[in-house]
This record gives sequence, structure tokens and C-alpha cells, in this order.
Amino acid sequence: MQLLQYKSQAVAKPYFIAAIALFVGQILFGLILGLQYVVGDFLFPAIPFNIARMVHTNLLIVWLLFGFMGAAYYLVPEESETELHSPLLAYLMFWIFLIAGALTIVGYLMVPYASLAQMTGNETLETMGREFLEQPLPTKLGIVVVALAFLYNIGMTILKGRKTALSIILLTGLVGLAVLFLFAFYNPSNLVKDKYFWWWVVHLWVEGVWELIMAAILGFVLLKITGVDREVIEKWLYVIITLALVSGLIGTGHHYYWIGTPGYWQWWGGIFSALEPLPFFAMTVFCFNMVNRRRREHPNKAATLWALGTGVMAFLGAGVWGFLHTLAPINYYTHGTQITAAHGHLAFFGAYVMVVLTIISYAMPMLRGREVNPERAQVLEMWSFWLMTVSMVFITLFLTAAGILQVWLQRIIPSPQSFMAVQDQLHIFYWLRWLAGLVFSVGLAVYLYSFFAKDKPQTAEAGEAQPAAT
Amino acid sequence: MSAFFTKSMARNIFYGGTLFSVLLFLALTFHTTWRLPGRIPTETPAPEVARGKMLWETRNCIGCHTLLGEGAYFAPELGNVYKRRGPDFIKIWIKAQPTKVPGRRQMPQFNFSDQQLDDLVAFLKWTSEINTEKWPPNIEG
Repeated sequence: MQLLQYKSQAVAKPYFIAAIALFVGQILFGLILGLQYVVGDFLFPAIPFNIARMVHTNLLIVWLLFGFMGAAYYLVPEESETELHSPLLAYLMFWIFLIAGALTIVGYLMVPYASLAQMTGNETLETMGREFLEQPLPTKLGIVVVALAFLYNIGMTILKGRKTALSIILLTGLVGLAVLFLFAFYNPSNLVKDKYFWWWVVHLWVEGVWELIMAAILGFVLLKITGVDREVIEKWLYVIITLALVSGLIGTGHHYYWIGTPGYWQWWGGIFSALEPLPFFAMTVFCFNMVNRRRREHPNKAATLWALGTGVMAFLGAGVWGFLHTLAPINYYTHGTQITAAHGHLAFFGAYVMVVLTIISYAMPMLRGREVNPERAQVLEMWSFWLMTVSMVFITLFLTAAGILQVWLQRIIPSPQSFMAVQDQLHIFYWLRWLAGLVFSVGLAVYLYSFFAKDKPQTAEAGEAQPAAT
Repeated sequence: MSAFFTKSMARNIFYGGTLFSVLLFLALTFHTTWRLPGRIPTETPAPEVARGKMLWETRNCIGCHTLLGEGAYFAPELGNVYKRRGPDFIKIWIKAQPTKVPGRRQMPQFNFSDQQLDDLVAFLKWTSEINTEKWPPNIEG
């Protein structure tokens, strides 16, 4: 039995492996950061907080991009019913992206940031030192090259083959991702303008075009595991992405309350971003609806669990925790506190981490030459799902508690206390958050182990059977 | 979703809704840009402010601090630090880092020249004079 419908889908495999490896790095630095919150001088001056945070967030972005690219390389040939335009280009870009990413991280850790800026020509075009866009100029240019080559490869494949709504939605999201990244090169000395357009990368990615990519990936996996009619799934996808862009575009305004932009943004941003939970709620309903209407029992139970989990956690993290502080009168007090950190963690995990783990869970067994993973591997993978998801919920709850106390002590009571005086009183929540982070790491370790788990000897033949021979 | 709501209807609503939102967002952006000069201290920041912003960026200050509420949440808000502490305190503080108090959060020593410290303070002063709709709620940031 041929497991991959198209041979060139195999290029997705290294992308997924790199994604998981960088995910591990991200979590290690997360643990360092969590500890620095309570043991302030931990690893100082070797790895100051700002450097560790940059590694933590940049690794997240890069591994999610690896995941999105792997997902595209896996699902586009199948959707287009044709081989990938150029597998060679895909492999080449994989190595370029991986090496550029690794060099960037090494640069962050080995060289003082100011020297790194000097060495990489930041003075010719100043783009560094803005949150999430800290990459040196050569890395940013590398990202553009990789993105262009990737879009060319995916675009040509779609062009020569069957054009499904699903692949068009994915392509629209990916083109949007690449185009909006160009605003990373615009950094005026006027701070307000800088911030205004910085959000065109950051917000319009995660609360805009990434939702298209996410919907397409989720739609593809649900299509495969439930066997529900394509027409139904694609109709849902259009509804979801309409809600995403109609709420999310003007919803950018919830970042324009207090940065020097006109006060009317409190209305535009508040009203539209209050609608931003809707696309995520639609995703939740979509996931459960499709699974309930399934026409087959897909043997990959772990992938089904990830898909349902994505639907629920994205709504909780991005939808509910976003709504909590999106209205201007509330945001006035919560802006830039641990409330934001709480939302950031659950939203990124629930939406984008989980959707990438969903497609990996579905595709990886076939990329490794088996229809599904052995029973025991699936059970372990589902354990890792619960460990990581529940611990992330607790991380979010502890950060939310810290945030509420921080807002109260620093911004509401009659004699407000200074930032550091308040931080000292939040230690219990930071310690609990760190413990939850440790549990998350255990979940991640179980996840990694699940890739190598085999069934117990008595049922070994089911797990070990060579697909090529069947 | 019943049969009379077809996929092509959903697709058309997507294209229409997105186009409308993009145009509305661009119009608001245009208006915001037009209104901006009245909300910031100087329309074109002075050279020392621009240099200060570059120092702010190349030392990755945003990796610990927030500036107008955006950044990391590890160290104090600096959008209003000029008003909270004043120029001299800011310079002395930066020069005195790290405090090396055991267990305390530490800020690196950046070895700024006097000129660079002046530039950084100019940038923080410019930032503190932006009309932020009265945010933060109080001087503590």
C-alpha cells in the first residue's frame, strides 16, 4: 500500500522534525525565563532575561513557520492532485532556513546584541530591537528569500493542479504572511508610526492571515479523518475566515488605544476586537460538528484529539482570554501586565502550536511509512496532549492571578506601588507558573518519546508491519 | 448550514467582507497618519531622539521593559519614566547597573558615553510627551 499519495509530500518530514526540535529549545528557554522571574539573577550575566526571551519567542515563531511550511508541502500536493513543483527547492530552502535560524540564535547567545547589530549592518537599515522582530538584517532578508521560494513552489503546484478552496485559502494566508512581513523593514524614528506599522506584522499575522492558514490545516485534517463531504468543510472554512478577517483587521485597533494614535480607536478597536472570539468559536463548533458527522472511524485517534483540542483551546486562549482585556476601559488597567502574558501563552499554544501538532500527528506516521502509529505510541501521544494542555491552562491561570494582583497594587489602589515592589509580592504565582512549566516539559518529553514507542511484543506485528509489504 | 447557503455564497461573502474591511482599515490608517502630528511632541523627531531610539533598539531594551505598555513585562514601564524619575536619575541608574543584589532582577551594564546617555534621555523625554489618552493610569506605569 502506498501511504503517501504523492512522493514529493515527503519533503514535509524534515520541516516537521525541525519544528519539533526548535519547540524543545523554546521550552528550555521558557523554563530559564520562568526561573528568572523569581530568581532574578539566575544565569546573569551569561544569559540576561532579554536575550533568553528573544530566543524563546523567536524559536516559537520559527518553529511554527517550519510547521506551516511542512503542512503546506504535505497537503498541497494531495489537494492539487499533483507532485510538488520542485522538491529540490523545498529541501534547499529547508537547509537555508534552518541554518539561518540556528546562526541567528547562536548570534543572540554568543554576541552582545549591540555588537550583533553592528556586525550585521543594522546601521544601513535599522530594523532590529523591536519585539519579535529582533532578527538581524541578513536573517530578515533570508526569511524573505525563503518565503518567496516557498510561495513560488506552492503556487506553481496549485497552478498546475486541482484548485480547491482549501488550498486557495491556505495560499491566501501564506501570501498574506509574506507580504505583511515586509513591514518589518519599515522602522521610522517616529515611535508612534513605528508601533503603528509594527502591529501590521504582529497583529495581522496572528489575528489575521495565520487564522487562514490554521483554518486550512484544520480543515484538511478533518476532511481526512472524518470523511465529511468537502463542500461542507470548505463552506465552513469560508465562514471562519470571513469572521477572522472582518473582526481581525479593524480589530488591530485594540493595540491603538494608548500608543499615541487617536482616541477613536478605542471604539473601532473595542467593537471589532470584541468580535474576534467568533472565528475561534466557529472553529470549535466546526471541529466537533465534523467529528460528530464522521463517516469513518479513522485509526489515528491522537490526531483527532489534537484537532478537537485545537478547536477548544484556540477559542479559550485567543477568544476568551483575548476578550477579557480587549475593551478599552478594561485594557486601560491591564495593558502591558501579566494579563497580556497569560493571554499570549494560551492563545499561541491553543491556536498555532496545537494546529501544527495536529497536522504532525496526522501526517508524520505516513511520512514515516506507516498508516498510523502503534496503539501504545498513540496512547503516549494523547498523554502528552493532556499534560501539555492542562499545564498550559494552569500557566495561564497563574499568570492571570499574578496579573490581577499586579493591576490592583500598581494601578487601582489609592496609593499605587512601584513596579518592582509589586513584582516582589507576586512570587507565589510565578513559582506556581514555573512548576506548571515543568509539567509542560514532562508532557513534551512524553511527546518526544511517543515517536519511538513500540507496542508490547504480543501485539508487535501490528505496529512493526512494513507498509511496503502490505 | 442548510442547502440554500452554498459554498459560493460563503466565498463571495468572504471576498466582499475582506475587501470592505481592508478599505476601511486603510481609510482609518490614512486618517490616523494625518492626525498624528498634533499628538506627538515634534513631527520629525530631532536627531538626538532618533539616535536615542536606535540605542533603545540595539540594546534590546524591549526584551525586559515595556514602552507604552508594549514589550516584556519583566522590568518597569519606561514610556513615562522621564516624568517619574527625571533625566539625572535615569542616567545615574543606567550607569550603576547591574546592582548585583543577590536574587534581584539584573540589568546589564551597557557602557554608554555621556553623549549616548543624553540621546537616550532625549528619546525617553520625547516618548513621555506623546498623547497616550492619559495612559498609564498613574505615574508608576
